[in-house]
Amino acid sequence: MASEIVLSMENICKSFPGVKALLNVKFRMFKGEVHALMGQNGAGKSTLIKVLTGVYPHDSGIITLNGKQVVAENPLAAQKLGISTVYQEVNLCPNLSVAENIFIGREPKRNGLIDWKNINTKADELLKKLNIKIDVTEMLSTYSIAVQQMVAIARAISISAKVLILDEPTSSLDENEVNLLFSVIKKLKAEGMAILFVTHFMDQMYEISDRITVLRNGTFVGEYLAEELPRKDLISAMIGKDYTRTDEQDKRRNDYAALKDIQPFFKASNIERKGHVSSVSIECKKGEILGLAGLLGSGRTEVVRLIFGVDKPDKGEFTLNGKKITLNSPMQAILNGFGFCPEDRKVEGIIGDLTIRENIILALQGTQGIFKNIPKSKQVELADKYIKALGIKATDSEQVISKLSGGNQQKVILARWLATNPKLLILDEPTRGIDISAKEEIMDLVIELCKEGMSIIFISSELEEVVRCCDRVAVMCDRKKIAELTGDEISEEQILHVIAGGTK
Amino acid sequence: MKKKSTVDNLLRSKNFWALTALALLLLFNLIFTKGFFHIEIKDGHLFGSLIDILNRAAPMIIISIGMTLVIATKGIDISVGSTVAITGAVVAMLIGGNLKIVDGVQTYISQVPMSIAIIAALAVATLIGLWNGFLITRMGMQPIIATLILMVAGRGVAQLLTNGQIITIYYKPFFFIGNGFLFGLPFSLFIVAVIVGGTILLMRKTALGMFIESVGINPVAARVSGINSKNLMLMIYAFCGFCAGVAALLVTSNVKSADGIHAGELFELDAILAVAIGGTSLAGGKFFLLGSVIGALIIQTLKTTIYSIGVPPEINLVVEAFVVFIVMLIQSEEFRKIVFRVKAVRE
Repeated sequence: MASEIVLSMENICKSFPGVKALLNVKFRMFKGEVHALMGQNGAGKSTLIKVLTGVYPHDSGIITLNGKQVVAENPLAAQKLGISTVYQEVNLCPNLSVAENIFIGREPKRNGLIDWKNINTKADELLKKLNIKIDVTEMLSTYSIAVQQMVAIARAISISAKVLILDEPTSSLDENEVNLLFSVIKKLKAEGMAILFVTHFMDQMYEISDRITVLRNGTFVGEYLAEELPRKDLISAMIGKDYTRTDEQDKRRNDYAALKDIQPFFKASNIERKGHVSSVSIECKKGEILGLAGLLGSGRTEVVRLIFGVDKPDKGEFTLNGKKITLNSPMQAILNGFGFCPEDRKVEGIIGDLTIRENIILALQGTQGIFKNIPKSKQVELADKYIKALGIKATDSEQVISKLSGGNQQKVILARWLATNPKLLILDEPTRGIDISAKEEIMDLVIELCKEGMSIIFISSELEEVVRCCDRVAVMCDRKKIAELTGDEISEEQILHVIAGGTK
Repeated sequence: MKKKSTVDNLLRSKNFWALTALALLLLFNLIFTKGFFHIEIKDGHLFGSLIDILNRAAPMIIISIGMTLVIATKGIDISVGSTVAITGAVVAMLIGGNLKIVDGVQTYISQVPMSIAIIAALAVATLIGLWNGFLITRMGMQPIIATLILMVAGRGVAQLLTNGQIITIYYKPFFFIGNGFLFGLPFSLFIVAVIVGGTILLMRKTALGMFIESVGINPVAARVSGINSKNLMLMIYAFCGFCAGVAALLVTSNVKSADGIHAGELFELDAILAVAIGGTSLAGGKFFLLGSVIGALIIQTLKTTIYSIGVPPEINLVVEAFVVFIVMLIQSEEFRKIVFRVKAVRE
């Protein structure tokens, strides 16, 4: 393996008022290697990347690039040094063409005018190098997020990158798209680029990474070769204690026999929305966790959006306790006793500038209407109750929600629905983008709620979580429900097998 | 994090900087305008520059209240000036009025009873607001475009109603609204108190304030949480129209006539400015009703000041622009950061 050091960071320290974000952290990048930076939320990954890319100045420590000590004063300077970053959310202009996006700000010119022909051919060549064959004159927004990300990478490497930082690049990609991205990463690696990769998905990390650095609470835990660090040890390094899986899973399997005979209280029959869901039927039972498994884009989110009335179905009907109901708005769904934690917490979940208290009581107040105001004392009581019950880390209930970490924001959204005491709670990717211990807490909570008799629909991209929690799993593929697994049939292998086209 | 001192909290409060600006303006008048703070009692009524400012600011304060809520939902209503013109025309037409001598006694006669005329006028104003809300929430128009339609066309409607003439009202009881006194104070101030107080109370005692802010901050999340943002916005635009209607009554009564072309001219911009000075972001979300009231007072104080210190008419708009610029700078957090950083470096 190549072992030429391209970049090294030594004894990096960075503190914010009241917090030591990084303390003597070191990090090295080697030519032609993918180096994963791992750690829970708040471990200092983002801060380290921001120091490296010049977003934050560091307090002390040395950064060396190709043997020369460098200081990137701002992101532009970092880019000029050859450190390029592609972020989780694509930072491009969707309403410009692909080629324009790649060359914006440094358009090749002829006679003082922009040389369009040149731009388009150059962009085309760049993307071909990455094995992407698309029409570069089309608007960026016509392409999938994955392609947009490739465009962002093409832009980054065309600005003479020696070091490429990929910050959670796969969080909104489906499996095929991830494979596409990985083939690009492998190609760049072969060309000798040093790549820094940050992700929450362990499988993906192991698939692509050569080297792993683990951070915890702003300190350096260790640098390992990926093949020498088993998953169990990695998790232990990240959380700082031995990781043991609960045997909750087996217990639930045993309980399933009892659930089998219970009649479903809610049915969605042959619901359909053109281009999103084709004729899906789903049943929910009291005290049961129903998993929706399937790749991103398989229609699992779309199904629950129909059930919660966020989108309207073209066909199909819903019955609750034997009675036909209409679900044309979230309000109707809530009044029928449903709750819904949406997939995209930032866009559909939190109300950023409002306090934790207001965010928690919002849906409950919604059911009461404008004029039946929940008294302030009751609001505080409710908020405090859930802050305590869910272990939300906050100064108090009057803290603004946008100041919280992702995991704590997710818990607040959960609390919002728990406060309405729903009969059916829909959780769409409740553990996305939050750290491991918060994930565990949320899954424990889900299981706990179900024991108390709540019915839950659980969606997760991480099959391990689906397998662990669910009593029944509906497998989705190409906007259809292709199978339903129960009891012992539920395993990662079986779900993948079904998705891949096998029968159960 | 260390506990913040009261002074710190005060500096952070949104109303603080607007109040500072108002205080500075008043201080300027204390020094340069003779008799500015002089208030005298004539016939049991209070008179003086300050009272005059309050009375003149009344319509703008009322419109700013409606505008604040509209802006809090990420919207804007630039038709309020035209709404004032239309409402004014409606009330003037309905009342009309003339002076008759009946049995040797002067008697004022209105075409329709004044109470009905007022109710009808306010209903028209509210309908205008509903129309705006309908275009925005049901037809999916952008607020500035939807209200632009009436801003432009509304003056045409008003002129159509008045036949392009200025309608003069000859009905004395109606003049009381904009010129009368109650307990020594201008009657308009009582209307302001009812509207401002009522709105603040409504926001505090019901969940309305939280719903409006939720819709303004994140409309998608608000909908998923079960808030009917469309109906909420419809109501808010209707309320904004209603506020413009109340302001129209004050204005029409004050000048005793309705002018389809000039009544309420540029009110929309002054109202938006008042809201901005008051600290409510035009991007929606958190709103500050009292801030908007202070904003409207600043604008009126400034106008009165410019006249009373005798700024030549040809440059008074420049002076006004300059002061507004300074006020907005003080209100800008970015600007304060720069100033305080410079100060901190010096120390």
